[in-house]
Amino acid sequence: MSSALLIVQTLNGLQLGILLFLIAAGLTLVFGVMDFINLAHGVQYMIGAYLIAMFSAWTGSFWAGLALTLPVALAVGLLLEVTIFRRLYGRSHLDQVLATFGLILFLNQLVKTIWGAAPLSVPMPDVLSGSVRLMDGLLYPVYRIALIGLGLTTALLLYVLINKTRVGMLVRAGASNAPMVSALGVDIGRLFMIVFGFGAMLAGFAGAMVAPILSVEPGMGDNLLILTFVVIVIGGIGSIRGAFIAALLVGLIDTLGRAFGPHLLRLMLDAASANQAGRSLAPMLIYILMAAVLFFRPSGLFPVKR
Amino acid sequence: MTAPLLRVEKLVKRFGALVVTDELSLDVRAGEMHAVIGPNGAGKTTFIHQLSGSLSSQAGRILFDDADITHLDMPQRVRRGLARSFQITSILPGQTVLANVALAVQARSGTSFRFLRAVDHEAPLNDAAAAILDRVGLGARKGVRAGSLSHGEKRLLEIAIAIATAPRLLLLDEPLAGLGQEEAQVCIQLLAALKREFSIILVEHDMDAVFQLADRISVLVAGRVIATGTPDEIRANAAVRQAYLGDGELD
Amino acid sequence: MSQQQALPATTLAPASAAAWRVSFVALLFVALALLPIAAKLGAEGYILNLVTRALIFAIAAISLDLILGHGALVSFGHAAYLGIGSYAVGILASHGVEEVLLQIPVAIGAGALFALATGAVSLRTSGVYYIMSTLAFGQMLYFFAVSLSAYGGDDGLTLPGRSTILGMPLLKADTTFYYVVLALLGATYVLTLRITRSRFGRVLNGIRENPARMKAIGFEPFTYQLAACIIAGATCALAGVLLANQTGFVSPAYMTWQRSGELLVMVILGGIGSLWGAIIGALSFLLLEEVLSLITEQWKLILGPFLVLVALGGYGGIAGLADTLRNKLVRRGQP
Repeated sequence: MSSALLIVQTLNGLQLGILLFLIAAGLTLVFGVMDFINLAHGVQYMIGAYLIAMFSAWTGSFWAGLALTLPVALAVGLLLEVTIFRRLYGRSHLDQVLATFGLILFLNQLVKTIWGAAPLSVPMPDVLSGSVRLMDGLLYPVYRIALIGLGLTTALLLYVLINKTRVGMLVRAGASNAPMVSALGVDIGRLFMIVFGFGAMLAGFAGAMVAPILSVEPGMGDNLLILTFVVIVIGGIGSIRGAFIAALLVGLIDTLGRAFGPHLLRLMLDAASANQAGRSLAPMLIYILMAAVLFFRPSGLFPVKR
Repeated sequence: MTAPLLRVEKLVKRFGALVVTDELSLDVRAGEMHAVIGPNGAGKTTFIHQLSGSLSSQAGRILFDDADITHLDMPQRVRRGLARSFQITSILPGQTVLANVALAVQARSGTSFRFLRAVDHEAPLNDAAAAILDRVGLGARKGVRAGSLSHGEKRLLEIAIAIATAPRLLLLDEPLAGLGQEEAQVCIQLLAALKREFSIILVEHDMDAVFQLADRISVLVAGRVIATGTPDEIRANAAVRQAYLGDGELD
Repeated sequence: MSQQQALPATTLAPASAAAWRVSFVALLFVALALLPIAAKLGAEGYILNLVTRALIFAIAAISLDLILGHGALVSFGHAAYLGIGSYAVGILASHGVEEVLLQIPVAIGAGALFALATGAVSLRTSGVYYIMSTLAFGQMLYFFAVSLSAYGGDDGLTLPGRSTILGMPLLKADTTFYYVVLALLGATYVLTLRITRSRFGRVLNGIRENPARMKAIGFEPFTYQLAACIIAGATCALAGVLLANQTGFVSPAYMTWQRSGELLVMVILGGIGSLWGAIIGALSFLLLEEVLSLITEQWKLILGPFLVLVALGGYGGIAGLADTLRNKLVRRGQP
């Protein structure tokens, strides 16, 4: 029974990790390439979830909804880039924090105004509903497995995109030395816009994909945003590979820590204090991990060479 | 003969496969002005960074006044009396000229963990700083924001800050860089006056100034000292002539 | 990663600017001191409570401005210290210790200790990494508070009443409490201002402007930045003590990252580095929030874009704007 639980929790951890990676991938590039602190990235994730709630209700199909969500999420990202963000590149981090913080307030409220404060739910696509039997007495939802698979596929595509294409090469060069890339005659403004829009779309995609298993509500991106920051800082700002590894690490540690922390502590403490200590330590684990990483490697696990 | 003030023994700095400082050895005697020259890319700036502590060394030793300072960081070296000026002007542009120098005086006089008394009114700091500014010829510019000084004045301020730490050895990294004819003359006169008071390592591209000012000169080529001697000895040195005439920098 | 160069808003000729600032701040404090009398005419409790709260946040904002404006240390976890201060009150009170003269030292000590421990890690990093590490430590403490089930966990805990002074319920009256808060704000402002102008403050500012230069004259930035963080943390913990007393309630909600963001917003809105800007920023942010929420339930639709505009404008906040205006007036006055 315990090994079944371990498998389930490991899969849950992977799933959280994959989700974090989808959001972190865009954010780490925005941070790395443009040295830009975007607090509003979590909002893009929320918008993805709301868009699919709306579009799948309109069309009556999850997949048609997803097909509409992606371009619109991209458009929202580009709109924000053109109207606001591009005016903030090269400004102080403080101005960026202030502006994107204001944007969070605005967009969270806007979502509330348009769709109401009550949580929405998105029906699960029929193909992926139900569970599979992984082993005796262990059922796991198909949708969650599909989510992991889809996330890994996206990660692979992203890897190819970054490492094998011309745009990817420019993005990598931009992450380590943006002025140089600019001096070589690349339209850095356009590169920024592409990276930004693409990152926003990925976050929206993540939001859309988890919408069927989470409740869609205002502010849902806020706390995930913080986890994403932890991921990109552990991974090393600007590094996709770092973000991938850190995302899985954070997803697994957070999920397994919450599930098994109290059990492990019971080996050393009595049940009551183990439960108490386990409950307080588990949510702090990833932050402790981050502090430890920064202590030994102040630029993360995979620092981008500058 | 007494031990040298600074002794550098087989110092090494590599960046990946590139050896920039290649078992460099050098002595600086107390009281002398020792110039370090060499063609572009010889490793002069890297050497200064290693001496001042902003770059670490992979091998070799730096002895300052008989103590091994190879592994001390920059602030520790400064407190032992090794001060530097920067090739690219490095001042506090938002503070007054006086405050820039007073801060350096403060660094060597008493604690800086003093929280309530207004530092603007600390006469000992201000007086010492003002005296130094008078010496470098910036006495009239005390109250000006340092950022609004001319380039030449900033170079002088750079030197004033360095000497305000009361160093026993002064590392001057191209003090004449970017100065016009007249400004350079002012600066050279200042250096001539300073050399009676401080031991100085001078890295400089202006060969006229170097040969006019230095007591001894070391020639750096490819990370090594190929010759050390008085200006006359260096002028006559065959190896130096060969190293330089190819580049055509020495006359 | 380049170090942040957060220049203070004031770049005026020192003497006249100082005179102007002194008279402005004095005027502000006189107005605040008269407020309870004026408030008697209107909705007394409501206005007094609102302004008391704003003054408490002004103390927190000043403490943040010390490290932000003078140290260029962008802390995104400063609300943790509000939490530390208020939990010091809550936890002590739940064990029967309601004496504020005991609560304050405990709060300040705990704040200083947390700043020491977290600063020692955070200050090894710089730039975005610094910002994110302060955020992480804030979150750590937040979750820790949530897990304190003995002290209310997620829901927090209600205080039995305001703290006592030497066993006497002197803080019970709202007006008295208001004046205590105002006096502490005044003390915080004056002390912090003096710190920024002391030997220590000059070193701190020097490190902000040019860390390489400071190392080259013998200052190790880490030590001074850490000391500044400790002072700021202890001061903000004091604000936490007051906040708990004002609301009569202690909860993890005091230390969410959004709250840290709001503190940053207050300082930036007021104009960083000027300290009095932090007071103005806290007052105007909280009053703006209140006024807007009276006008419409959708007030964040107005506040959000307002903050974006302030950031895009880059005026250096209200303090910077005031200086610009004043400079224009002075120039017009001179032939």
